[in-house]
Amino acid sequence: MTTADELRLHVAELLAAHPPADTPRDDFLRARFDAGLAWVHYPEGLGGLGVPRSLQALVDSALEAAGAPDNDPRRIGIGLGMAAPTILAYGTEEQKRRFLRPLWVGEEVWCQLFSEPGAGSDLAALGTRAVLDEAAGEWVVDGQKVWTSSAHTARWAILIARTDPDLPKHQGITYFLCDMHAPGVEVRPLRQITGEAEFNEVFLTGVRIPDGHRLGAVGQGWAVARTTLMNERVSIGGMRIPREGGMIAPVAATWRERPDLRTHDLHHRLLELWVEAEVARLTGERLRQQLVAGQPGPEGSGMKLTFARLNQEISALEVELLGEEGLLYEDWTMRRPEIVDFTGRDAGYRYLRAKGNSIEGGTSEILLNIVAERVLGLPAEPRDDKDLAWKDLAR
Amino acid sequence: MTSPRAPFDLLYSETEEELRSAVRSLLADRCDPASILARVETDHPHDPRTWQTLAAGIGAAGLLVPEKLGGQGASHREAAVVLEELGRAVAPVPYLTAGVLAAEILLGCDPSSDAVSALLRQVASGERLCVPAVPLTLAPGAPLPTGVRATGAGTLTGSVTSVADAAAADVLLVLADTGLYAVPATEVTLTPLVPLDLTRPLAGVTLDGAAGTRLADAATARAAVAGALLSGAGLLASEQLGLAQWCLTETVAHVRGRHQFNRPIGSFQALKHRLARLWLDVASARAAARAAADALATGAPDTPLTVAVAQAYCSGVAVRAAEECVQLHGGIGMTWEHPAHLYLKRAKADSLALGTAGHHRGLVAEFAELPAPGPHPRTPAAGPTP
Repeated sequence: MTTADELRLHVAELLAAHPPADTPRDDFLRARFDAGLAWVHYPEGLGGLGVPRSLQALVDSALEAAGAPDNDPRRIGIGLGMAAPTILAYGTEEQKRRFLRPLWVGEEVWCQLFSEPGAGSDLAALGTRAVLDEAAGEWVVDGQKVWTSSAHTARWAILIARTDPDLPKHQGITYFLCDMHAPGVEVRPLRQITGEAEFNEVFLTGVRIPDGHRLGAVGQGWAVARTTLMNERVSIGGMRIPREGGMIAPVAATWRERPDLRTHDLHHRLLELWVEAEVARLTGERLRQQLVAGQPGPEGSGMKLTFARLNQEISALEVELLGEEGLLYEDWTMRRPEIVDFTGRDAGYRYLRAKGNSIEGGTSEILLNIVAERVLGLPAEPRDDKDLAWKDLAR
Repeated sequence: MTSPRAPFDLLYSETEEELRSAVRSLLADRCDPASILARVETDHPHDPRTWQTLAAGIGAAGLLVPEKLGGQGASHREAAVVLEELGRAVAPVPYLTAGVLAAEILLGCDPSSDAVSALLRQVASGERLCVPAVPLTLAPGAPLPTGVRATGAGTLTGSVTSVADAAAADVLLVLADTGLYAVPATEVTLTPLVPLDLTRPLAGVTLDGAAGTRLADAATARAAVAGALLSGAGLLASEQLGLAQWCLTETVAHVRGRHQFNRPIGSFQALKHRLARLWLDVASARAAARAAADALATGAPDTPLTVAVAQAYCSGVAVRAAEECVQLHGGIGMTWEHPAHLYLKRAKADSLALGTAGHHRGLVAEFAELPAPGPHPRTPAAGPTP
């Protein structure tokens, strides 16, 4: 068992052997990975030490204090939050050794090829086909994916595709690691209501994936994808934000600085939202304390719902508060940002971008079903699609 | 803006969970919905037997009172857990008034004075039931009532309206112009009122030359009452949380079992989404109520803001939970026989008690420095004039 003191010593050794000031960024990050200080809860040899995840904060703050570079987790969030835990859970030793290190260092950016134009919330209805070319030991993939963040910068993708259309929709799916530089992968920007193209459409035409890049057994892709999706939603409650952090901050600042904009109606709504934002902050903090105490509560399932609603209501109020300025927009030029960041943008952008918060990563309607069924134990609605072969489903 | 200190401890300790089970099993034995219903329409809506066990047996009456003054030396965190359970049961016992408000007022006076410490010991042991003679709607930050005057002879004259639990009290704490007085219930005239919430009876209190013992001077008395109102409002959030939790749990159980259209009604997405949202509100209310209890327990500098946030939030959640409970029980929810109405009435009355959500949002505006618009309307930039 590694104690906190041993871990501190370990960090000191890393810093002594690779002084951040004289070590190129990626070299330092590789050394950190090899020292087991990348994600301490991962196994030894895979960037970790097999110690409790709660000790990571200690490592992160010690390294930050020493001026060590970080791996820009926001830029590689899909790799860290979704691909890595899935590869760890389902990958072969060879896959883990091949992919986890460059993923964590950020040399290889990942994206996620799950959603399709015809299969969004009903993700298991996906129709992208993968057919095995037995002679070559390769799968041939054809189809179209959508809402793919980072596809234009990604080196690798996690991909789910249908390998047996005769089975019910959850069964004939297989999970792959797809090379985004392979012939037949075409990435097109998908311009959205903010004017910029944060997402992409990805067209897959005769893309060949070696069988060695399959994750999990043939036909077991749905179970593997569920690991990915659970990890996607888990990450939200972990952040600690200060009082009046997040979206409420610019509105409160404007309110204080611009008495000319104040009205009684806006005051009433601002106070309601300020209170709700503070309560959401406390709820997130309570969830975090439960996790640290080893008694995870179900609140995590709901935090994304709360933040989506609050972001939308607060940004809507902000546009209105600004009066005539609220009629303006900063820039409709189509840009392709590497990361999504609400800070430093104007209120109109925040208002429009927040509309996606209740759609991306599971729509609010789907998340409400999950809370109702898994937390409250309410029965599922009757469904007639579970036992039908995928090819016989209405489309 | 008040800056936040180290984060609140928002979890429940083992001791708190033990206290919860003790209170819960007492209420399960003695205070089931059927016996509350049977009791509330009689002349004696309070449940003195349950109160006696809660106050003296479990020691709830003295939770906030230090051990050297005869109490348990616990904190607002434990008191909050008791209130969660009382809210879950809509128990007709005067804990909020006697165990919280009266105890806090007495603690706000000088406990080294014999009169105060003697009364405090009796209150903490459950030997005497003491409630403050203030309107239930009196809110922290609001002007204190001025309806009672002391004459030169040391007797009190005046009246107070809507005093909660006065009918159960042995002693009333009366705020007069010259200070705080302990007045035996036998000295006052009580006019029972017909309350919206039958489980927390109200009465008008009339003093006509009533003799009382002076416990504090005017300034101390006013500060003590103001401090007690802050604690009361912060802890009321926990009662509201417990109430909302009961409504959610009962409603979920009902919609799982009730069949219509050949399905459990809980399988309809329209209902599932409403209940999921309510669950989220209750989970959030728990964080807000715990934060208030912890702030009061630790004397955090931002306690007034945290209390105002908890009241502004939890009031609405309790009312919404009770309203959803009535609605989703269908016709059953409208009957006298089903206890849902007791919860709705308590929730609605609680939303007025110790300040409405709107009052507390006003306090948030003050503490978070988000001022209301000035007295002059904003200058119209360019727009049609009527």
